Amino acid sequence: MIFGRLTLESFPLHEPILLVTFAAVVLGGIGVVGALTYFRLWGYLWREWFTSVDHKKIGIMYMVLGLVMLLRGFADAIMMRLQQAMAFNGSEGYLTAHHYDQVFTAHGVIMIFFVAMPMVTGLMNFVVPLQIGARDVSFPFLNNFSFWMTTAGAVLVMMSLFVGEFARTGWLAYPPLSGIGYSPDVGVDYYIWALQVAGIGTLLSGINLVCTIVKMRAPGMTMMKMPVFTWTSLCTNVLIVAAFPVLTAVLALLSLDRYVGTNFFTNDFGGSPMMYVNLIWIWGHPEVYILILPAFGIFSEVTSTFSGKRLFGYTSMVYATVVITILSYLVWLHHFFTMGSGASVNSFFGITTMIISIPTGAKIFNWLFTMYRGRIRFELPMMWTLAFMLTFTVGGMTGVLLAVPPADFVLHNSLFLVAHFHNVIIGGVLFGLFAGIVYWWPKAFGFKLDPFWGKLSFWFWVVGFWFAFMPLYILGLMGVTRRMRVFDDPSLQIWFVIAGFGAVLILLGIVSFLVQIGVSILRRDKLRETTGDPWDGRTLEWATASPPPVYNFAFTPVIHDNDAWADMKRRGYQRPLDGYRPIHMPSNTPTGIILAGLSMAVAFGLIWYMWWLAALGFVALLVVTIAHTFNYHRDFHIPVEEVVRTEAERTRLLAGAGA
Amino acid sequence: MSRFRIIAVLPLLALLGGCNFVVLAPAGDVAAQQRDLVVISTILMLLIIIPVMALTVFFAWRYRHSNKEARYEPDWDHSTGLELVIWSAPLLIIICLGALTWMGTHLLDPYRQLGRIAAGRPVPQTAKPLEVNVVALDWKWLFIYPEYGVATVNELAAPVDRPISFRITSSSVMNSFYVPALAGQIYAMAGMQTRLHGVINRPGRYQGFSANYSGAGFSGMRFAFHGLTDADFDGWIAQAKAADGALDRATYLQLERPSENDPVRRYANVDPKLFNAILNMCVEPGKMCMNEMAAVDAKGGLGLAGIANTLPLSYEKYARRGAVFGAEPSYVLSVCTIEEAAAMQARAPAPMTPVPPKGTSTSTSTAIRGAGLPLPDLSLRRLDSLLLSGPGRPSNS
Repeated sequence: MIFGRLTLESFPLHEPILLVTFAAVVLGGIGVVGALTYFRLWGYLWREWFTSVDHKKIGIMYMVLGLVMLLRGFADAIMMRLQQAMAFNGSEGYLTAHHYDQVFTAHGVIMIFFVAMPMVTGLMNFVVPLQIGARDVSFPFLNNFSFWMTTAGAVLVMMSLFVGEFARTGWLAYPPLSGIGYSPDVGVDYYIWALQVAGIGTLLSGINLVCTIVKMRAPGMTMMKMPVFTWTSLCTNVLIVAAFPVLTAVLALLSLDRYVGTNFFTNDFGGSPMMYVNLIWIWGHPEVYILILPAFGIFSEVTSTFSGKRLFGYTSMVYATVVITILSYLVWLHHFFTMGSGASVNSFFGITTMIISIPTGAKIFNWLFTMYRGRIRFELPMMWTLAFMLTFTVGGMTGVLLAVPPADFVLHNSLFLVAHFHNVIIGGVLFGLFAGIVYWWPKAFGFKLDPFWGKLSFWFWVVGFWFAFMPLYILGLMGVTRRMRVFDDPSLQIWFVIAGFGAVLILLGIVSFLVQIGVSILRRDKLRETTGDPWDGRTLEWATASPPPVYNFAFTPVIHDNDAWADMKRRGYQRPLDGYRPIHMPSNTPTGIILAGLSMAVAFGLIWYMWWLAALGFVALLVVTIAHTFNYHRDFHIPVEEVVRTEAERTRLLAGAGA
Repeated sequence: MSRFRIIAVLPLLALLGGCNFVVLAPAGDVAAQQRDLVVISTILMLLIIIPVMALTVFFAWRYRHSNKEARYEPDWDHSTGLELVIWSAPLLIIICLGALTWMGTHLLDPYRQLGRIAAGRPVPQTAKPLEVNVVALDWKWLFIYPEYGVATVNELAAPVDRPISFRITSSSVMNSFYVPALAGQIYAMAGMQTRLHGVINRPGRYQGFSANYSGAGFSGMRFAFHGLTDADFDGWIAQAKAADGALDRATYLQLERPSENDPVRRYANVDPKLFNAILNMCVEPGKMCMNEMAAVDAKGGLGLAGIANTLPLSYEKYARRGAVFGAEPSYVLSVCTIEEAAAMQARAPAPMTPVPPKGTSTSTSTAIRGAGLPLPDLSLRRLDSLLLSGPGRPSNS
């Protein structure tokens, strides 16, 4: 009763790979905890980070979460590549079906929900308020809560590695396979509750950022004067607000099927698995645009900055973004042309999908003509952008190809498809994130990232990507399907070996990236950046110090042009040196982390059928939430002396930089 | 430098030459037309992709920071002419591609009967398509040939140049039926039927498999598809006819149980109603078929009893169990007409006779609540508990 269905058997003690991983994680964890205790960092972390409502710190925490989960997701990737490279000529490889099927499911779930989403959200969180001249987001506490809910989801997924198991269904958990009849174990429950908990975080952060962008822009910044990254963030968050409730609903229906025996998605009793597939993709397709639109925004900022030029066709760029936002809701069926819809339905969704490529193509041209007659500095962010333009076009082309239903019939679910979406997600989202990280790092920390290790990471990633995924395109044309564990045609092996080599290159890329961060922190005094504007930036975030003070801007800027900071610089902007006033700011609160912890307990109770834990956790959630409404210490004023001190320090740094 | 680069590429080309690009060189006319669409669409898109990639590299080089000769116009950010080109060039290509898509999707609709067996060779008036019923099982494929009354597991054959008409379903989870050399794939879903039409134009042995992950044994769900001459096909059918087994409901329920990497099996006789029963999920004797239930529902339904009148799958996959808070599985053994019910009402005081042994079906005299009918004496719950001896459902093994 107390432990529900959790028994000793639930711990994968018979899986040597997992045991070794677990040992490593425990040792690493003890090391980290020990170090934190030894250096007495717990209080600092709790006060300055975990309970912080500062959008910049929350943004950075999102990035850290994404990075940690990237390591896990990539470990899964390399395990798959190794299995597929080995399992030929009668060999079963080194993974059982039970393990391998979890690995590919976890890889997809983690990479989308716990790597790409946190990183995208993190960048938006960090950059958007700065770009629009705001002091924080609309709902700072909600922002902290959202982050911890996302983290709680990630912790649940990680927990499934050592306590029980993860889903063996593929990353979208199609029923009937994910129903209780065919997946009676805890895997699918981990999947459902991890996504439900994280989904709440994502939805709330979406609402928060939409409000922030709509309501908190600096005076003079009309919609058509917003930086493009803010525009793409707005569209992304509108998509989040509209799409994530669908995911929540469809997973809730699936959990009803699993817990109380309803028949929404079962084979019999009038259930329809096809409805699940439709619903999940009504969320799932906008989801890929949720990821790619901010990346498009990053490329716009980077191209314009490093070409030293205004963005070409700002208006058409904005309209292209809006058109993509709307169209992304009209294409979901292209994920399952092969389900047997009629030819007219398939053609409709095929053609709407192709239409999306028109605004996307327009964006590519806009970046192209931003470079035209510019003065392009090939710093790292610009290198990532160029790599994106050359890589993403190929992915876009194969995507339109897959949108032709008869072509999809022969390529659907093949490794060609796998190559296609990695081509757009790595070549688009990930390259964009790397460009964004390198671009905004000096703003966040006050020093640049080391360019040598960055370039190394860049080349490993780009070359590794092509080595890892071109073989998959080729294999797809040979009719090889995805999620296979064992192969019988020995002539295919060489391609999997090449793809595995590509994965090793990508591994080196990730390692170089981590080394880059480490080296940069060690050499931060040499890489120090005191102007607040290291790249000759054009938008408002470069107008303030690096790292920005808690309040971002001592005075709210007034906007006259869409490249606000470039415009200010051109017109000889003088930083005001007096007339400061106290600044009204939100206070830190531990409620977010407590609520997320309780949500995790509820989810854990539901997963393992520990009903007392779920009930207790739920009651505690209500109590804490209600108690929080009685918290009247929600804000404070930064005294004017502190503002004066901070700004004087900046004046000193600026003078030093000028000398 | 460039010379070395070519040398480095050579082994790759050799590698490509040795590969079997079945999607690009299929042996069936439908797959070949699908391939044509792949190729034409790619060429159409390359019309715009190649210039874009070339311009990207060229602009990046030409306007590099160190090149002071290139023009620099930091405020140049608009050109109506260019904008028109930017939007209309992709638009034109998408218009062409969209037209192609509309036609191709309709012509190559897998549900559509074939009009030709190859380019310039219409289907002869007299030709009757080869009917094949396909069932995706955990984790193997069952092929039933209703015309010949035979069935095979994990082996499919068809005569060259004869149109094939597939009806596809699944016993449990979703799979995708795919023979790349023959035609594109289509999902196989339980309780539903999908269709596929194709024709194989060259004799040979081809690969078929499931293209949609379906659980632990998924990797082993492969089968050989033989394109045979008419004589060879007759021989192949004769071979199946000579096999021992017959595929009746009981054998099917055995076959349906999960198993991996199954060998080829042949059945000389097949219950002609079996496929329909699989499709309607009523292979177990006594279980109401989905199409019957749909017909009953269309006439007003069975009321509360109607929600409990089909069985889930019959076998224990993993440790199969119900939802933790769900009702105990129960079902209605039979449904009677209004007259029968009225007759039963008349003899209502008589106690119910115990239910006959499980599995025997049709004529037990239990009344059921239906649209507009008075309630029978027994409550629904008691009825269920009477009908089911023991906690589970009746097993057929």
